[in-house]
Amino acid sequence: MEIFSMDIMQLLIIASISAATPLLLATLGGILSERAGIINLGIEGMMLIGAVCAYIVSIYTDSEWLAIIFSLLGGSALGALLAFLCITLRSNQIVAGLGITLFATGLSSYLGKSFGGSQPQTQIPNLDIPWLDNIPFFGEIFSHLNWMVWISFFIAIVLYVAIFKTRWGLHLRALGDGPAAADNAGVNVYRYQYLMTIIGAALCGLAGATLILVYTPSWNDGLTSGRGWIAVALVIFSRWHPINAIFCAILFGLFETLGFKVQLYYADIPPYFLKMMPYLTTIVVLMWVGWRNKNKPNGQPISLGKTYIREQRG
Amino acid sequence: MRPLYIAGKKISIEKDPISTKTPWWMTVIAVVLALVFCAGFMLLNGNNPITVFSKMFSGAFGSLYGLSETLLKAIPLMLCGLGVAIAYRISVWNIGAEGQFVMGAIAATSITIYYPGMGAFSSITLMLLAGFIAGALWALLVAICRSYFDVNEVICSLMLNYIAILFLSFLVFEPWKDPNGFNFPGTAIFSSSQKLPALDDLRLHLGFLIALAAILLYAVLVKFTHWGYQLRLLSANANAARYAGMNVKRQIIIVLMISGGLAGIAGMVEVSGVTHRLSQGVTSGYGYTAIIVAWLARLNPIGIVISSILCGAVIVGGYSVQLIGLPASMALMIQGAILFFVIGGEVFSQYRIRVETISPKKNEQTSSSKVEVL
Repeated sequence: MEIFSMDIMQLLIIASISAATPLLLATLGGILSERAGIINLGIEGMMLIGAVCAYIVSIYTDSEWLAIIFSLLGGSALGALLAFLCITLRSNQIVAGLGITLFATGLSSYLGKSFGGSQPQTQIPNLDIPWLDNIPFFGEIFSHLNWMVWISFFIAIVLYVAIFKTRWGLHLRALGDGPAAADNAGVNVYRYQYLMTIIGAALCGLAGATLILVYTPSWNDGLTSGRGWIAVALVIFSRWHPINAIFCAILFGLFETLGFKVQLYYADIPPYFLKMMPYLTTIVVLMWVGWRNKNKPNGQPISLGKTYIREQRG
Repeated sequence: MRPLYIAGKKISIEKDPISTKTPWWMTVIAVVLALVFCAGFMLLNGNNPITVFSKMFSGAFGSLYGLSETLLKAIPLMLCGLGVAIAYRISVWNIGAEGQFVMGAIAATSITIYYPGMGAFSSITLMLLAGFIAGALWALLVAICRSYFDVNEVICSLMLNYIAILFLSFLVFEPWKDPNGFNFPGTAIFSSSQKLPALDDLRLHLGFLIALAAILLYAVLVKFTHWGYQLRLLSANANAARYAGMNVKRQIIIVLMISGGLAGIAGMVEVSGVTHRLSQGVTSGYGYTAIIVAWLARLNPIGIVISSILCGAVIVGGYSVQLIGLPASMALMIQGAILFFVIGGEVFSQYRIRVETISPKKNEQTSSSKVEVL
């Protein structure tokens, strides 16, 4: 069948990797804050704000790198808000995250509306690596990917090294599992939690910027269409591990792209059902993970979602 | 914090760790602060917040029509808000009210399509039943995922929202599209026996009473029945409930099904009372606003009535500012801000102001002659 010919396979993989990039960045952001014990359900909202910041800045300045910087700032502003609510004010983390997402959905469409459908002025370019073209199959795939793909891979590897191979990462993992113990060992728990939530949120903002500057050509309300929530699921699926996150994100990128591809070849399947694919797979995958890890540790930081109150540590 | 000494009184702020109640005026302050916060964004975007807010207020409460519209929006919010509040009481984070609402609307419409020509009473009753069952079954999926597969119910219910909305699009674009509808993606308009009766000249309909009845029923059930006692025990201390031999899994499934069923009724009420047809626009984020409604009310049934009217007013006000060129999504922004000011304010309920009279002779304080609790 034509769908499985070499070229198509390559295109499919390239499309999956492109679709995976925003998911991967958002998932990494989620991993960071959840490793510090803070559930981030505001990912969807942070992506939207990152996207709208990048969109507006790219219209005003024609500079994609400035747009990226502002998306990082926008995301981290929401991250600071989430951290303030969850850590300082000790609110319920789930409700706080939902609040962030609702607020950001409204704010982003309020801000984006004033630019009424105009295109972002810049796109992030592809990174051409000509010598890779000489390697037959995989070389051709990796020779013309977008800059953001490489940046997201790079961030994932940096996070892996940071979390698992450094003293700092040891502190981070310790405090996700037992903040009281980490505190007694001299780790400043609140500072770590603030920092991780804000950096994580900045990554979510970057994910939003990727979406608008690489993936979707123009702004529309609810641009992320649930990708932030899929990222929340990917955090669980990847077992809070940055390298796993790369593969999980690409797998979900594949599901997303398959929908489009199947539609090209089988026009009689209504597109609505194909669009359900990523959401359905998310549920199925989570069910599978839950079933497999029944009565076993699933890699979740033990104190995830529990507010650490220093005055009440055991 | 250092105490203040004013006119022979010692005023200090102290922590009250067992206090979990938040006074109602704290919520009012939170709402006001949220509005001020949003005003900042409006200023940034070059709008005068006072004009915007007064426009919103007069749009929502300024006329009989506006008031009726506000109450109209409050109906689905009340039902969905009550639904999620029940689930939140036992810490089941159902944010799938949106999808359950859509499924309820779809099921109610299916009655009008497959069983047309029934009398008003039987068709409305059947539609209500269908809406409830569809919402409950959609929530049952969440319950199964949560209870037997250990899936985080937040993600699961949210994914089901997207699936339900896509399913709705499929129905209104393909099989259920009105053949005489000039290609409008929606079903045919309901017949008069399938519509909920409404007030003359206004759109406010019987659904308002249905919503109030649901809230009353819930309040009575929780207060006076065995099931309600179990629910309260589970919400107060899940471990105690488990050790007492309660079947927590079953309780979660029941609660989620009631929660989804209420959202399903909201969907039925919306198609039968307001839109009179199934179309893509049937849901405009009621399921998400319901989360704010529930939290603003602190999961209290009476509070849900008040907070859903408030959120209804914000939505209607959001429509009226469209006339001066602002997007209606501003309503969502204001609601989100209200939510995190309310939850942020909760920490202050752990503190109280202590006022002590210092006796002048001994120059030391008497033991708390008067304690004012904040």
